[in-house]
Amino acid sequence: MTEVTMTVNGKSVSRPVRGNELLVEFLREQLRLTGTHVGCDTSQCGACCVHVNGELVKACTMFAAEADGAEVATIEGMANADGSLNVIQQAFQDHHGLQCGFCTPGMVMAAAALLKDNPTPTEAEIRHYLQGNICRCTGYHNIIKAIMAASGQDAGKIAAE
Amino acid sequence: MPKDHGIGASTKRREDVRFLTGTGNYTDDINVYGQAYVHFLRSDVAHGTINGIDTAAAEAMPGVLHIFTGKDFEAVGGIPCGWQVTDRFGQPMKEPKHPVLAHGKVRHVGDPICAVVAETLEQARDAAEAIELDIDELPAVVNMAKALEDGATLVHDDLGDNLCYDWGFVEENKEAVDEAIKNAAHVTTLELVNNRVVPNPMEPRVAIGDFNAASGDSTLYTTSQNPHVIRLLMGAFVLGIPEHKLRVVAPDVGGGFGSKIYHYAEEALCTFAAKALKRPVKWTSTRSEAFMSDAHGRDHVTTIELALDADHKFTAVRTSTLANMGAYLSTFAPSVPTWLHGTLMAGNYTTPLVYCNVRAVFTNTVPVDAYRGAGRPEATYQLERVIDKAARELGVDPIEIRRKNFVTEFPYQTPVAVEYDSGDFHRLMDKLEAAADFGGFAARRAESEKKGMLRGLGINCFIEACGIAPSNLVGQLGARAGLYESATVRVNATGGLVVMTGSHSHGQGHETVFPQVISEMTGLEEHMVEIEHGDTANTPMGMGTYGSRSIAVGGSAMVRATEKIINKMKKIAAHLMEAAEGDIELKDGSFSVAGTDKSVAWGDVCLAAYVPHNYPLEDIEPGLEETAFYDPANFTYPAGAYACEVEVDPETGKVRIDRFTTADDFGNVMNPMIVDGQVHGGLAQGIGQALLENSTYDPETGQLLSASYMDYAMPRADDVPFFKVDHTNGTPCTHNPLGVKGCGEAGAIGSTPTVVNAVVDAVQSGGHKHVTHIDMPLTPGRVWAAMNG
Repeated sequence: MTEVTMTVNGKSVSRPVRGNELLVEFLREQLRLTGTHVGCDTSQCGACCVHVNGELVKACTMFAAEADGAEVATIEGMANADGSLNVIQQAFQDHHGLQCGFCTPGMVMAAAALLKDNPTPTEAEIRHYLQGNICRCTGYHNIIKAIMAASGQDAGKIAAE
Repeated sequence: MPKDHGIGASTKRREDVRFLTGTGNYTDDINVYGQAYVHFLRSDVAHGTINGIDTAAAEAMPGVLHIFTGKDFEAVGGIPCGWQVTDRFGQPMKEPKHPVLAHGKVRHVGDPICAVVAETLEQARDAAEAIELDIDELPAVVNMAKALEDGATLVHDDLGDNLCYDWGFVEENKEAVDEAIKNAAHVTTLELVNNRVVPNPMEPRVAIGDFNAASGDSTLYTTSQNPHVIRLLMGAFVLGIPEHKLRVVAPDVGGGFGSKIYHYAEEALCTFAAKALKRPVKWTSTRSEAFMSDAHGRDHVTTIELALDADHKFTAVRTSTLANMGAYLSTFAPSVPTWLHGTLMAGNYTTPLVYCNVRAVFTNTVPVDAYRGAGRPEATYQLERVIDKAARELGVDPIEIRRKNFVTEFPYQTPVAVEYDSGDFHRLMDKLEAAADFGGFAARRAESEKKGMLRGLGINCFIEACGIAPSNLVGQLGARAGLYESATVRVNATGGLVVMTGSHSHGQGHETVFPQVISEMTGLEEHMVEIEHGDTANTPMGMGTYGSRSIAVGGSAMVRATEKIINKMKKIAAHLMEAAEGDIELKDGSFSVAGTDKSVAWGDVCLAAYVPHNYPLEDIEPGLEETAFYDPANFTYPAGAYACEVEVDPETGKVRIDRFTTADDFGNVMNPMIVDGQVHGGLAQGIGQALLENSTYDPETGQLLSASYMDYAMPRADDVPFFKVDHTNGTPCTHNPLGVKGCGEAGAIGSTPTVVNAVVDAVQSGGHKHVTHIDMPLTPGRVWAAMNG
């Protein structure tokens, strides 16, 4: 066991971790931040996406020990300071961008990372960016719309409904 | 103006807030104090005789509490099958034993052999590696036709062969169908494979067993679409726990698509182990385990013949299907290729004669059961593909040949038992033709050709039977359950209303939609209504959610219970206002006396019911709580017309979906936003099956070659286009109170033939006239080979 210290959603936490403990296990089991989900065992599904030092990371692909000293953000830290949904979360609700909700935290974290680098992505750019996030419920239609809306674009018009 | 509340409004989903903030409560998010972890040691061979299991070394490993094997379950039942099909000769299907843990033999890769329970998951996994298995590998039976050959290796030695049943429908019409095909002006024949796919909800299955030694009660937390069904099946048929001593909780569930209907061995193991060890026991499936233990879908091999007269009217349909059951019978597996499939073989058409022969086969593969659509996608795929092929052979327009054969008068008694209550197929096709801009297709094709691409247009019609189902009817067909739904409606003293429903939401949005219906009925604001589901401890016995049944059956139960509540409240209001009960009207949340200005508020009636000081106690009881069980009078029959345009790259065979347009009849629509979403998701799953997904076994060894997302191609965001969906041409269901038909499966049912029809059209436009069919999934390799073969 080694002691790691990191900042998670703005709060500093220190915990002993096993050498082979994945970041996602640390978040879910030690910190009980269960919004980060595990949907596969091959780093394909993206349900465990978080931000580490501002970068999008699949939390099943790194050890907790590797995040020592890092700034980690999870879905639990995404809402506005007053607790209301942030602009991406709100767009997902407004455009029905989620159904069962299991892939949703990863989608929101991926969308936030995309919009940070590319504030007005095209449909094709969003679809390409989300290759690492699988959703089985929505057919992606409303997820793409939500991300476009969150970036201030007229999603309904672009979707040609 | 679109409505902003009640029935027909696109109310935003209240459940989204918790899912968007990471505060959902999925089963794996639950930890019970003191829990141990279970790891299943699964068979890595498809077929073998178990000579011995030596657990001694493993049991001595750190943290190991116990290792269960098949022997531990000799005194309990096997996993039961919920549907008994009767074959063509009046005999019951063959029903093999399905042990909780393999006993004597292993029969598919992934068949659980041992369950290792340890203090930590890591310890359980490590210990499993120390178990010594002595298994003699046997030849594996993978291919269905080979499984039926004389001398084939037997999956179940005691059954004598690998045939589960040989079913014929409609058996009395067999000779007439043969005669009609013999005398037809034209017969089109098509052989096709409906590929095996894996449902793949994003949340893997989880089970946590807990036992309360003080009360003797067991609790199972599980990822289920129907917790009451699991309680009944596991309690009564496997573990012998009476329902009053067993609670099943299915909290937030991350998708199901059928795969979470069934009772699985892991649920029984965790419940059993918790009691045996006096410790909570938790199992979380990995995705790889899911591929080899969740029930798979489809896997039919069919020959279909369509007979037409000189005027292109369909005169008969004859099919012969092999349906894969896998190694054991999953809960509803036998019903899928039979009653959920043969009954839809008339489709949208007036074909007077239908005969389907289905032989269900045991193989050394994961069990196959209902997957989104269940039987109806298989029926639609073969029928709509053969119609398209017939149109090409006869040189007629694929839309015109369909229109010529449409059912136009309702109710319509099909030759395959079911009676369609309502529909308007011409209107759906009219809508589709306009929305999909068929007029502009030629210009779009020319544009594609300029880029060196082949563009194809595919269309499809379908009808499905949803809202399963009248209990007496399904009982005659072999169901070992009733298929009603239940609801308890409780109005509190302070006026809020709670619906406890047997339906279960795992993405469908019941928590939002059900209050819309209540609001419409009562005038209460939607936020005054709460929906409870997913816990047998606080909901009435219900059959759960599958087959697009929640609003049609569960919603109907809720309406009936709410009507009882309203009737009682009218009695109370009449008493309070000293008026005749028949004169009381409920409008906008208050009760008034017709023709007067007298009224009493909703909340005052609620308070009176719970503080019955001024109350007709001699006539009615205090309190406001009513339950209804709704048993549907018929199935519901959603229908649709779909169009797809694809571009095929002739150099690589790669297919790109350019446009997808739908016109659906779901009857009345409760929340258009949610209905759109249901169609989108179904379309993506159908497109996935058509272009990408395939559960692949090595034909010799029975090894599962597609057991992870590295090998099994799930549709991703850049595999699908924006969809253009419409459901504004609904014809209300005539036999349920909301006039609803259900929308959950349409997209998955209607999309596979649409895509394949489009690809065949594209390929033929490139001069490859010999390509009349390509089996799914239409991967670049398959399409290229078809063009160049």
